[in-house]
Amino acid sequence: MRVEVHDIHKHYGPVRANDGITLTIEPGRIHGILGENGAGKTTLMKILAGYTRKTSGYLCMDQVPVDYRTPTEASQLGIGMLYQDPLDFPFLSVLENFMIGQAVGLANQKKYYRKKFDSLAADFDFALRPNVQVNRLTIGERQQLEILRLLSLGIQVLILDEPTTGITNVQKDYLFSALKKMTSEGKSIILVSHKLKDVEAVCNQLTVLRRGKVTGEMKAPFDTDILLEMMFGQTPIPFNRCLQESGRTILELDNVSAPGGRSGLSDCNIRIRQGEVVGLAGLEGSGQDVFLRIAAGLLRPAGGSVMLKDKRMNAKDYHCFKHSGVFFQPSSRLEEGLISGCSVTEHFALQSDHKKFVTKWSDATSDAKKKMTEFRIIGRPDSLAESLSGGNQQRLLLSFLPRNPLLLLLENPTRGLDMESSSWVWQHLHKYCSDNTTIVFSSSDLDEIIMAADRVLVFFNGKMIKDTRTCETSSYELGLAIAGKR
Amino acid sequence: MKPKLLLRYSKELILTLAVVFLFTTIILLVTGAPVLAVYYHIFKGSLGSWAKFGHVIKTWIPLTLCACGLLYTFRIGLWNIGVEGQVMMGAIFATAVLRFGVESHFSELYLFLSILAGIAGGAIWALIAGYLKTAGGVNEIFAGLGLNFVAQAIILWLIFGPWKRPGIASMSGTELFPKALWLPSTFLLRISPIGIFSAFAAIILTALMLRYTRIGLCLKAVGNNPKAAYLFGVKPQPYMLLAMIFAGGFSGVAGCLQVTDVYHRLLPAISSNYGYLALLVVMLGNFNVWISPAVAFFFACLNIGSVQLPMMLQLDSSLSGVIQGASVLAALGMQAWRMRIRSNEVGAFYE
Repeated sequence: MRVEVHDIHKHYGPVRANDGITLTIEPGRIHGILGENGAGKTTLMKILAGYTRKTSGYLCMDQVPVDYRTPTEASQLGIGMLYQDPLDFPFLSVLENFMIGQAVGLANQKKYYRKKFDSLAADFDFALRPNVQVNRLTIGERQQLEILRLLSLGIQVLILDEPTTGITNVQKDYLFSALKKMTSEGKSIILVSHKLKDVEAVCNQLTVLRRGKVTGEMKAPFDTDILLEMMFGQTPIPFNRCLQESGRTILELDNVSAPGGRSGLSDCNIRIRQGEVVGLAGLEGSGQDVFLRIAAGLLRPAGGSVMLKDKRMNAKDYHCFKHSGVFFQPSSRLEEGLISGCSVTEHFALQSDHKKFVTKWSDATSDAKKKMTEFRIIGRPDSLAESLSGGNQQRLLLSFLPRNPLLLLLENPTRGLDMESSSWVWQHLHKYCSDNTTIVFSSSDLDEIIMAADRVLVFFNGKMIKDTRTCETSSYELGLAIAGKR
Repeated sequence: MKPKLLLRYSKELILTLAVVFLFTTIILLVTGAPVLAVYYHIFKGSLGSWAKFGHVIKTWIPLTLCACGLLYTFRIGLWNIGVEGQVMMGAIFATAVLRFGVESHFSELYLFLSILAGIAGGAIWALIAGYLKTAGGVNEIFAGLGLNFVAQAIILWLIFGPWKRPGIASMSGTELFPKALWLPSTFLLRISPIGIFSAFAAIILTALMLRYTRIGLCLKAVGNNPKAAYLFGVKPQPYMLLAMIFAGGFSGVAGCLQVTDVYHRLLPAISSNYGYLALLVVMLGNFNVWISPAVAFFFACLNIGSVQLPMMLQLDSSLSGVIQGASVLAALGMQAWRMRIRSNEVGAFYE
């Protein structure tokens, strides 16, 4: 089926997740959608799958305009989506999951569907046992099950959202050969990914999204350089920080491994020196989040050693790290950083002297007022944290940073801030460095890392794969590393 | 409180009460009971005479004590269902101490010790549930409910075993304590000044603790977001245990007063379900330290007022329970309604 997408817009309040996207998916092709986090890929796919309603624009199937509101209506039109985390019922068997959504009526139709399942699975060489409970399958196997189920529903257009995350290479080969087989039967495949290598390996055509817009299209064979430029843009920004190696090592990770996040962290060797600003690059959940939390004592490493100023910190908790001058701030503001239901004043009162029995509300209020002016937080001291806007919440978090910390660990410190506010934040943070504070931060914005950091570490799939000074690299080179191509 | 907010609250309160009376009236009409007579008897039975008023106060004291304790646990986000068992444990510990004082000349000393023992009993029982929660991750609702049954079983065992009356053991409880071990009470209302004092002390202490101390602030912080509180340097577990100690301590006092001021012995029904009722009181009181005692007074009136319904109108006295339950449901409905209005005002639902 030929799918045409015309001028699709999707706005979430002031945020334009999709900002006028137009593209055509030819039948019998594997069409890749490429873009960094937040480029609008998943939003577009959810619109196609009927999961999200578009703000404006229209869709055509084989030149006929169509409009649908739910995933069910989408699948009746022949569009099916394989989500990043397969939507299945973990406590039902493989066969029962396969039957859900297609078997109707009271009669037991297991035999019929068993036959159907076996023949489909054999077609694609999927070794799935129908009676196993789904919670015992790997992600790759659950994906295979979901593909079979969608095919048996008569899907003509299959959307896959990051299908290669979390599966083994062998399963990836099976998946790719299955996709090729489907296209040979005239079905269209849309493959969403940020992994350049995978997309290049299997797609016939690519569309690149960036900040909700189409920035380019390309047919196989692909030119990696041009694709990267389309993905990350090419706005050369002069670096203004590049400290020469000096200062003593204050944080040292040796062979550290840990589970957690999407990919965990494996065999990580990192040394951080006093006074430097280190940016952590990588797609969300590539290991930089786990690294920050280990460095803060919020996660315990499974192996290796963590040294803070020559002191072994492996079994210590965050309060112990905090005592030594380490401060961590999470990127999920309302989930982890701020306390909803508590006012700004209460947040400041909470940080004042821990040993006092009675809370001095007048002090806390004047503290709050002072910091709110200093950090340009719009609101009142008695405003509840959740009533502040995202940018103000972020600035409130930053206003909690102490005067003379040893090490600041910041997860996406300028998330949700506009250019002007984030450059203000960095001016403020760089002041800390002149007092010999070290800052380690993660960011999904490469330009920000190059602009603000002295050194950059790139994470891919749970490993630190690149460690370089920002003046010796470029956003192009970093983009390559992020996508797993060194 | 700002006038606008006050106006909204009073509007909601009137609406809630209207819903409650409507619901209760429908039930009365369905059962064929005389509606006006029922309300009249409830009013007359609770506030119709000084003696009745005295009974109401005797019910209000333990309800208020339990409600104050529950404010700590609700503040930190714990559902201390075990409050019922904590009342019973307070009563058991107090009885144990008083038994030593039966033949003593220092009855005041033993009365004083019994209050301390009540606090200890309730707090220990609460700490067990708290420890299971913080160390083992056992939900405090299940632990508390289980401990309630255990406490009830201990009472029955004591009454029919070690503490049985000479010769007979019966559901009517242990032997009555001598008058010297009764809390002194005023002649007119038969209310114990010590009981009244402890209820008011609990209210004021709780209000101060929650509003002006670091403990109160930390309880709120942990209750609203334990992860963030941890990043602010507040460890959630010790504060959970502390909240449980406060809740258990106050309920323990309630249990002790049930023995020294009301029944003067240990009964199987010594807790009179005041713990469970206090949970409803606090919810209806919107978790507010000043509103909850007023709600407790309303509930106490209903409890005492409905006592004579079976006699006067051949109605079951559980009607008070119906009204109390309806009040809480109506209040919760009101909360849901308020949330709905607010979310409609905001408009956009983010997916």
